Amino acid sequence: MGGLIVTIGSSLPDDLNSFPKLIERNARKFGARPAYREKEFGIWQSWTWAEAHAEIQAIARGFIDMGLKAGDHVAIVGRNRPYFYWSMLAVQYAGAVPVPVYQDSVADEIAYVLDHCGGRFAIVQDQEQVDKLTEVRERLPSLEKMIYVDPRGLRKYDHSALISLEDVRKIGHEKKAELQAELDARVAASRDEDTCIILYTSGTTGRPKGVVMSNRNVLVTAKNSCEFDGLTEKEDVLAYLPMAWVGDYVFSMAQACWAGFCVNCPESAETMHADLKEIGPTYFFAPPRFFEGLLTTVMIRMEDASKVKQRLFHKYIEHAKRVGPALLDGKKVSAGDRLKYNIGKLLVYGPLLNATGLSKVRVGYTAGEAIGPEIFEFYRSLGINLKQLYGQTEACIYITQQPDGEVSADTVGVASPDVEIRIADSGEVFYRSPGTFQEYYKNPESTAETKDAEGWVATGDAGFIEPDSGHLRIIDRAKDVGKLTSGAMFAPKYVENKLKFYPNILEAVVFGNARDRCTAFINIDLTAVGNWAERNNIGYASYQELAGNSQVYATIQEHVEEVNRSIAEDPLLSDCQIHRFLILHKELDADDGEITRTGKVRRRIIEEKYGVLIDALYDGADNVFISTEVTYEDGRKGAIEATLEIRDAAVAVPQAQKVAAE
Amino acid sequence: MNAIAPEAYTTEDGRKIGGVVMEMKNITLRFGGVTAIKDISFDIREGEVRAIIGPNGAGKSSMLNVINGFYHPQEGEVWFRGEKRGPMKPYEIARQGIARTFQNIALFKGMSTLDNIMTGRLTKMKSGILSQAIWKGPAEREEIEQREKAERIIDFLEIQSIRKAPVGSLPYGLQKRVELGRALVAEPELLLLDEPMAGMNVEEKEDMSRFILDVNDEFGTTIALIEHDMGVVMDISDRVVVMDYGAKIGDGTPDEVRSNQKVIDAYLGVAHD
Repeated sequence: MGGLIVTIGSSLPDDLNSFPKLIERNARKFGARPAYREKEFGIWQSWTWAEAHAEIQAIARGFIDMGLKAGDHVAIVGRNRPYFYWSMLAVQYAGAVPVPVYQDSVADEIAYVLDHCGGRFAIVQDQEQVDKLTEVRERLPSLEKMIYVDPRGLRKYDHSALISLEDVRKIGHEKKAELQAELDARVAASRDEDTCIILYTSGTTGRPKGVVMSNRNVLVTAKNSCEFDGLTEKEDVLAYLPMAWVGDYVFSMAQACWAGFCVNCPESAETMHADLKEIGPTYFFAPPRFFEGLLTTVMIRMEDASKVKQRLFHKYIEHAKRVGPALLDGKKVSAGDRLKYNIGKLLVYGPLLNATGLSKVRVGYTAGEAIGPEIFEFYRSLGINLKQLYGQTEACIYITQQPDGEVSADTVGVASPDVEIRIADSGEVFYRSPGTFQEYYKNPESTAETKDAEGWVATGDAGFIEPDSGHLRIIDRAKDVGKLTSGAMFAPKYVENKLKFYPNILEAVVFGNARDRCTAFINIDLTAVGNWAERNNIGYASYQELAGNSQVYATIQEHVEEVNRSIAEDPLLSDCQIHRFLILHKELDADDGEITRTGKVRRRIIEEKYGVLIDALYDGADNVFISTEVTYEDGRKGAIEATLEIRDAAVAVPQAQKVAAE
Repeated sequence: MNAIAPEAYTTEDGRKIGGVVMEMKNITLRFGGVTAIKDISFDIREGEVRAIIGPNGAGKSSMLNVINGFYHPQEGEVWFRGEKRGPMKPYEIARQGIARTFQNIALFKGMSTLDNIMTGRLTKMKSGILSQAIWKGPAEREEIEQREKAERIIDFLEIQSIRKAPVGSLPYGLQKRVELGRALVAEPELLLLDEPMAGMNVEEKEDMSRFILDVNDEFGTTIALIEHDMGVVMDISDRVVVMDYGAKIGDGTPDEVRSNQKVIDAYLGVAHD
């Protein structure tokens, strides 16, 4: 890349500059400590670092025997299971580069990534993934072999391009004497600047881009972040987020290998909550959606509880809200309040945390989207050290994070160790750090657009540093911030977040750029609204039917009007109040390309697809007909048709005008 | 009549179909004056998926009950693994290696998925009431062994998330899956499925078809099933018997049956004289 290498922050010791070297160290230093656990057949199976080390080496020798060369790319399509983490490590042992791919991607998306990275091997979960890849095989000339983990249903398949991971491992065991020297040589050859991994970003616009990370990017970040929160080999994490996402790679791979802590894999995606409860992680990351969902579930359950329990719950939660956050931050709290908090802990908070599986969380993070202040405070008031961080794939996550004792709901904290931050005149946030990516794979134009010669990267987010606390505050995506025809600032995300803080609203999309006023699409939350419907004897057969219910519309209208009143108080954004809205007839879905795999709204695509609805929002119609194409996970397509009602919402008088009038 | 060669063969997708496991010879079953089954003969071979189809009231369920020994036909013989079968008690049937599911689900609604599946292992448990109650040594070891079998089935059917849930609270499609699990855990040689897809939506049907094929493929279980949905049957079975008004009107591979005029008439309707 132009021969320019900017070295920022600390460097790595020679014997710890790659994942294989970390595994070697962990096997020596923490040999008897648990490294991986997975629940299978109803029991937690565990592997120590020494055992995992032996497995990984065997798989790596098997790969070498299959002809894997240093620098090759290997795609990994699977859910969080020890075998996939080992496979990634084994690929690195062999000097090759793992490329994790979202396992719920449709065949076309997987084909794009595999073709773009030129993967020779693909390690896949099961028959479903093999079928997907077989379907697009012709477009992938570089793909030689598929290695599967679960043999079920695959016995009859043509095995000329198929092999089970179990067989690879067996070969690796048998050929230990023959291949060990080669393996050791490949491990010893690793350098700081070698490519460690390529992570494809889901991207809110266009095709995914392959973010190339060096050993140094990933491991210095791991080192810094472990030191920041004092993570040790004693932590337990639950690996449940997509393996292709940078977050899982940092939390379940980089930090786990660096600190030597244990990675726990759930039995299946559906059992995640039960497994969380059984494991009780000490270090936990979840997107805001998770915490919102959990709180909704807790509240729904409380409504079904007995009167006595309800009263007890509300009384002590009220108290926790008052003193809990202060206690967590180590501020002064009176002895009486302290005593009452401890009684509450015994009667309410303790059992509640235990039921949710969060009772042992020492460090918790949330990121990706803004979290509702009330939700955030709820968890903190119960004594969970929940903090926010701000980051992106290109930074190996960490840009800013909140130190213990300096936590607030509306900022994202101070710069992470070794990270420099700069705010451009346009308001856009720039950073440079040791974790900053090398390049976008085979895409120099995008690389040049994103990262300048001095290593500064544009985040694409607009924000500012709060003068009194020194914390960064993010307003919106820089490219989404626009202007209304009146010239007032338009920040859709700001409004959407306020809407999404209501449990009944799952997703919202606000329009208004270059228009005279703002309007919105709303997605209702089926869990919350469905529960309400059940309690009020309102029958419904589908999401669509519930979404069109007039009582649901009335409730949502109340929420929208409340949001309008709250926005009116902000002098900068008071023109972003919502004048008209509609409730969408289907949930926005990643399979239809409407949101990313990580759950972010893809504005451009929604604007194109639902143009008819947007027009109707602005032309004063009371209802509008729409037919939408939907894509199922297996690639089949179908259509949903609906006539949607459009409602007007009352708009509040902005604070500034009110003052002037008085 | 029967187009398939009597000796063992291999299907197109590479499964080995063995010799005859069960043979029905000239079965006639009457309930008082009503003749439910009229002089029907067919066989079931080892490792195949054998379907019995027909319109409502054709006598399919009665046929299944004859196969599993619950009904004893007035005329004809049932041969199972080379032996002619006489009247049997239900537990004797279970010990023979035949398990079944029911058309309208017969699970213990108040018990968990796991407990329901564990009941499928009852015939294999040897320890008595006393040692079970004391729960040390052999009884404990035995339960652990049985639990492992049950867990393998839970894993196979992907129902881990409902392991502890009372089955009465589960949706219909999942209950059907639990029932299949209970039948499977008995490690049957012959599995009888009575309308496994009744009342399911398209997605649930696809899942169930997948599981039936996987069971057949993975455990080599011979499967006889009754089904209404022609499309599904034609996709997953090796051979099909078609019944109408208690009589056999067709028998053969799905393609042969599909082109059989009598079958077309029975399904599409034709004026009966």
